[in-house]
Amino acid sequence: MTTAPERALDELDISDDPGPGGQVGRPVLRYGGADRTTGAQRFVADLRFPGALQVALVTVPVGCADILGIDATAARAIPGVVDVVTPADLPSPMPRFGVSHTDRPVLADGRVNYHGEPVAAVVAETLDAAQAAARAVRVDHRELPGVYTLDAALAPGAHLVQEPSVRPGHALADTNVLEEAHYAWGDVEAEEGRSAVVVEDTYTFPMVTHFPIEPGGTVVVPTDQGGLDVYSPVQHPYLLQRTIASVIGLPLNQVRVVAPDPGGGFGGKQNPKLEPLLAFLALHTRRPCRLVLSLEETFQSMRRAGCRIRARTGFTEDGELTFHLVEADFLIGAYADVAPRVMGKGSYVAAGPYRIPGVRIDARAVMTNTTPSTAFRGFGSPQVAWATESQLDAGARLLGLDGLEIRRRNLVAKDEAFVRGESAATADGEWRQSLDKAAELIGWGTPLPPNRGRGIAVGIKPGATSGLSQSLVRLLCDGSAIVYAGTSDMGQGARTLWQQIVADELGTPLDQVSVVSGDTGTVPFDLQTSASRSTVFMGSAVLEACRDVRQRVLDLYAEATGIPAEQLEERPGALVTPDGELSLPEAARTALGSLRGEFIGQGTRRLRGKGSHPLGGDAAFYEFNATAIEVEVDRETGELLLTRHVTVSDVGTELNPLQVVSQDEGAAIMGLGHSQMEQLLLDEHGRIRNLGALDYRIPTFKDVPVELLTAAVENHDGPGPYGSKGISEGALLCTAGALGAAVAEATGVVIRDLPLTPERVWTALQSAPDRAD
Amino acid sequence: MTTSDHLVDDALQTVTLTVNGSERTVAVPAHRTLLDGLRDEVGLPGTKSCCAEGECGACTVLLDGKAVNSCLVLCVEAEGHEVTTVEGLSADGLTDLQEEFLNAGAVQCGFCIPGQVVAAEYLLRTNPSPDEAEIREALSGNLCRCAGYQRIVRAVQATAERRGAAR
Repeated sequence: MTTAPERALDELDISDDPGPGGQVGRPVLRYGGADRTTGAQRFVADLRFPGALQVALVTVPVGCADILGIDATAARAIPGVVDVVTPADLPSPMPRFGVSHTDRPVLADGRVNYHGEPVAAVVAETLDAAQAAARAVRVDHRELPGVYTLDAALAPGAHLVQEPSVRPGHALADTNVLEEAHYAWGDVEAEEGRSAVVVEDTYTFPMVTHFPIEPGGTVVVPTDQGGLDVYSPVQHPYLLQRTIASVIGLPLNQVRVVAPDPGGGFGGKQNPKLEPLLAFLALHTRRPCRLVLSLEETFQSMRRAGCRIRARTGFTEDGELTFHLVEADFLIGAYADVAPRVMGKGSYVAAGPYRIPGVRIDARAVMTNTTPSTAFRGFGSPQVAWATESQLDAGARLLGLDGLEIRRRNLVAKDEAFVRGESAATADGEWRQSLDKAAELIGWGTPLPPNRGRGIAVGIKPGATSGLSQSLVRLLCDGSAIVYAGTSDMGQGARTLWQQIVADELGTPLDQVSVVSGDTGTVPFDLQTSASRSTVFMGSAVLEACRDVRQRVLDLYAEATGIPAEQLEERPGALVTPDGELSLPEAARTALGSLRGEFIGQGTRRLRGKGSHPLGGDAAFYEFNATAIEVEVDRETGELLLTRHVTVSDVGTELNPLQVVSQDEGAAIMGLGHSQMEQLLLDEHGRIRNLGALDYRIPTFKDVPVELLTAAVENHDGPGPYGSKGISEGALLCTAGALGAAVAEATGVVIRDLPLTPERVWTALQSAPDRAD
Repeated sequence: MTTSDHLVDDALQTVTLTVNGSERTVAVPAHRTLLDGLRDEVGLPGTKSCCAEGECGACTVLLDGKAVNSCLVLCVEAEGHEVTTVEGLSADGLTDLQEEFLNAGAVQCGFCIPGQVVAAEYLLRTNPSPDEAEIREALSGNLCRCAGYQRIVRAVQATAERRGAAR
């Protein structure tokens, strides 16, 4: 028996040529799409569990408080209430979990650290009873002077979100700074000395929430064998499996995670949150326990880190960057989640995709008594890009250059370093092509009517720096095939790509390839669905599994026919024999003979990290995007009308152009969300004031630019199948910079705080010295 | 807060309504929304719940042929009325509108799509050849976080053209 060899990603020999079936590269319609239009698609809240208990969470109405006592007497008396579970019912010490720090308690451990943190949980026969009982639980608490802003968290003597005893001896233990990141190269002082122009300013990026239209939820079912079946629409089912197993103390095979397709994830559904609590409730009651979140509870469960960036940047007379200093404070939440990595990875690219001789970047992840911030499309890059792109435009204005020209003069060429020093990074694409394409599509340089302006910006984001994806492909005796791939299909359309790859590589008709995912009990391991990694990692694993199948067909065909294996050759979709070429399904039928059976191929793609690298390894690829926006500003109201919005991404190869367009348009509009309207606002008790869809606005149909154009640059230079790269985040990386520059050109007023709401724009226009009236 | 505030008024009301052409009788407490009644009592989970306050449109159904947010209608209010859900629209397989959603690449995570399909169907029934501004206006109460908005507009336009050609 042969097994598919494992190779490091950079050793891959993946053909740039799409397979003979020609499905790769075509706008194949979404796998599972029809069920999504008819309502037949089952999301987690649509699953039915006979005998399940309903769960409601008990919280306190402030962001930071000591819990003095919990009285559930009245709650327990409500008919239908089975139990009220408090920390006293959980193991002691309180079990904790987390991806970067094991700091998050299953229930608030004597202290509430953010508004919405569960203090107790009610389990009842009906949801009505559970919710009534949750309101009836009396939580005696004493509010503490929580820290809800960067300034409050960084002030001397500030309330500490994390007990210093959690990290004894740590230099930062007595502060709210959880982690720092520092990157530096070149002689910044000398570079400043030769600079013709220096610009310095402070930029802010708001806290925003993912707002998936599916709020989500979890059901945990205790099994007869003492294990747990966990149903949760997570992006990382295998991480959830490991977390539950670890918190409860079960072997992995006793924890089965079934992950129905997430109804939107965007990073918010990556890491475990309330699932460990549901696991304890199921163990406690020995019944299935079900919690479906409200949208408000989802707001309290996930958000993007806000950020304040101070930047000082120098240029030569010719507009060449000389140095760039960045101090970035990421406003993270009450528990670490993956926020320190967001800070570290985002700030790694804080100097942008530019040729800068001197750089110093100092970033901090600052804890506050707020919803734990987590991964969110862009993963720290949009925050720093807002500042760095705005700085380029500030320099350009002083030097009399335009936004396109200053970027042309500084953008790195392919293979040129944009991060220097020990952990250098070089451009993995001809990024200039994307910039020029965006300029062309926006009509850069053509005349504009009054009150209109254009801006152009670029953004980069490092892809995954290590990873592992495993896949199985079964070629059945009738030529149809089943792919097992653990990628969560949350809207990006991953399963469609696997279908396309298998169709081409095995010669199976597209509609005879099915995909199984979302079940750790049947599908092999996949590290995660994040960082736009799945095309490259899982795509390569699926491709390799197909090759493994072909080799097995060849071997068995040789054995069955007596033709020496050396005289046979496998290729995509076919087996070449001395008597001519057979389709692979036909060769498989002959090889399998009257006993039938099937071929099972295995594929593995592993990228080992580098321990010495600050990101844990070199990025497998970079997402690069250029965005250009033309805006009309209503000076009377401050409203922005986007007349044209262009994004161009460097994608390597489009495996499915329709899905690339969908992802790019979606990212672009999501980028307009944090650029124009979205921001979580807190009151003095740390409560989200705009908690819910009524007050927290995301882009609607009416917020889509008049013209929205996306384009892709294809040079087949990515590490994924057929030269592909990941693509799902690019189009929101630099939206804010492009919009800010466009508003500045239209009005002469520069705004450095997001979002650019009508109120903020109008206010800035009123205070501008060059008011038109 | 008194203890009585915590009590659940779960006295059941019998409600008879027509859902997707069939008469259905359910017993629900007075505070149960039509959305929850359809999902939990009638057993039609195609209609989705998100904001539960009439802002996102995921729960859109036709009530006597008119698009409504079913989270803002009480189940008891639907007594004697006709409700059409996304399942009812697709009883005979994919409609032209649903096909065009797929062709346009409008379907991503899919959670908002049942509501979008119902709202778009209502638009096309009341305005068979809407222009782009009318489509954006008519669907502005249906949020899509994947932001397939431009794709959905194309799907509605393509459906209008198909239906126009067929007339």
